[in-house]
Amino acid sequence: MIRDITLGQYYPGSSWIHRLDPRTKIIATLVFIVAIFVVPDFIGFAISFVVLALIIGISKVPLKFILRGLKPVFFIILLTFILNMFMIPGETLVKLGFLTITRQGLHTAVFMGLRLIFLILGASMLTLTTKPINLTDGIESLLSPFKKVGLPAHDLAMMMTIALRFIPTLLEETDKIMKAQQARGADFETGNILRRAMALIPILVPLFISAFRIAQDLAMAMESRCYGGNMARTRMNAMKMGSNDIMGFVLMALYLGITIAERIFM
Amino acid sequence: MSIEVKNLSYIYNEGFPGESLALDDVSFAALDGELVGIIGHTGSGKSTLLQQLNGLLRPKSGTIIVGDTNITDSKTSMLSVRRTIGLVFQYPEYQLFEETVAKDVAYGPGNLGLEQEEIDARVREAIEMVGLDYDEVKNKSPFELSGGQKRRVAIAGVIAMKPQVLILDEPTAGLNPKAHDDILQMVETIHQKEGNIVILVSHNMDDIAAMADRVLVMDHGKLIMNGSPQEVFARREELASIGLAVPAATEILGRLKDAGLNVEADCLTLDEAADRIAAALK
Ligand SMILES: Nc1ncnc2c1ncn2[C@@H]1O[C@H](COP(=O)(O)OP(=O)(O)OP(=O)(O)O)[C@@H](O)[C@H]1O
Ligand SMILES: [Mg+2]
Repeated sequence: MIRDITLGQYYPGSSWIHRLDPRTKIIATLVFIVAIFVVPDFIGFAISFVVLALIIGISKVPLKFILRGLKPVFFIILLTFILNMFMIPGETLVKLGFLTITRQGLHTAVFMGLRLIFLILGASMLTLTTKPINLTDGIESLLSPFKKVGLPAHDLAMMMTIALRFIPTLLEETDKIMKAQQARGADFETGNILRRAMALIPILVPLFISAFRIAQDLAMAMESRCYGGNMARTRMNAMKMGSNDIMGFVLMALYLGITIAERIFM
Repeated sequence: MSIEVKNLSYIYNEGFPGESLALDDVSFAALDGELVGIIGHTGSGKSTLLQQLNGLLRPKSGTIIVGDTNITDSKTSMLSVRRTIGLVFQYPEYQLFEETVAKDVAYGPGNLGLEQEEIDARVREAIEMVGLDYDEVKNKSPFELSGGQKRRVAIAGVIAMKPQVLILDEPTAGLNPKAHDDILQMVETIHQKEGNIVILVSHNMDDIAAMADRVLVMDHGKLIMNGSPQEVFARREELASIGLAVPAATEILGRLKDAGLNVEADCLTLDEAADRIAAALK
């Protein structure tokens, strides 16, 4: 059910990928995203597929676990696929009543579909192998050069930490509320769209109330411990780049280089 | 109406990290009109068991037969299961969502597809049964009530569905002593009036001893004791070894017995305990 959503979840482990510095992984993810947008054709996707498969293999996160996290975005991917397939004009392949599938449409649909899947898989590998707390530490550290131009890096990182921290809590809360309303005979699965949307009200109202309550409690708890953002905090576990990270950067450069070369020369 | 649970097992997150065997081969039966108390340390699987009884979780293996329907059968309609079995969750007040108390209590009966007149009658009856004044609270927002009142409204929301089996998961958690007693009094009243099966989870042994006809003891997903309160609470040492206390009266007599006083420790109320001590000292 709702708890099955693994998007943004951490999968505990101690693989080479898990042990990389969070900053390396964040940069690697950005590199991967850029590369996916640079990829010009299916050969490029094949290269990226190998890279992604290697990352997944090394990380030892079970494929089943990763794919389970894809379920909620499956419909978005499917929708993009279908829209692209029917909406793009060009050479007609199949005609279904007033709908036509064109060669260009099919090509774009598959291409965009792959792009979306790769983006989501790549981004989820970051969160699957990095503890949320390390992730936000990494983001803060990467953003800190911008502090000079007034970017509140610490506050942003704190907001992100809190948001990530409370995703499971809110999912749990949703699960609890859904079950309580189901016990009162609620039915979320049948009926037309309007009926189903109405059926969500008994979940959403209590959920918002809980969310505000949790936020208020947390704010109170932080304030009563005199939390202040920018007070030259030091870290209990300072982040340090090592030889693994250097290797990571080399591999990244290699991958990005090949992808760009492929775009230019092929 | 009776409930028969056979060899029930359930695993959370099977095959994923955080996998936990929450129910391990649980079997028991609850007879018509019984009030069954369930006790167990935190995390022992009580709430998981209750959710199975109502079809919210499907067991990994085992069967649950209520009356003559097998509710673990995937062909059984869940709406009919929920009509028969009412489940009040731990801290049920978070389920309130409507603008007024009356509308909120009407949500469950409405889902059962009853006539408007029948719904209105049941709402009034349920609100009064939980000890609130219908005319006073019906148009109030549930969010402007006190904690104890919210709890009552939430329980009324389930009672209004007139379940033949009423299950309550720690209905008194987090309430002050007065509200605690009121809620339990209310459960007794409903039980007597409706003659239904009531299953009650509680951490308070005195409440269980005073109310239950049968006590089930859970430990690490297993059902380890099943008997009358006298039988179960007589096993004071065993209960202590899994982190559970016994009613105050049983505890006092048990200790006096250990200290050499000639008394039997299998009693549950303080009055009874006083009589026994007096008799032993004569
Ligand atoms: N949704 C869930 N996902 C994974 N594990 C769970 C979930 N709910 C409960 N568990 C686990 O199952 C076990 C039994 O939990 P359960 O909630 O049934 O205990 P309980 O006896 O009701 O405890 P309490 O007295 O604290 O309410 C616990 O070990 C718990 O960690
Ligand atoms: Mg519980």
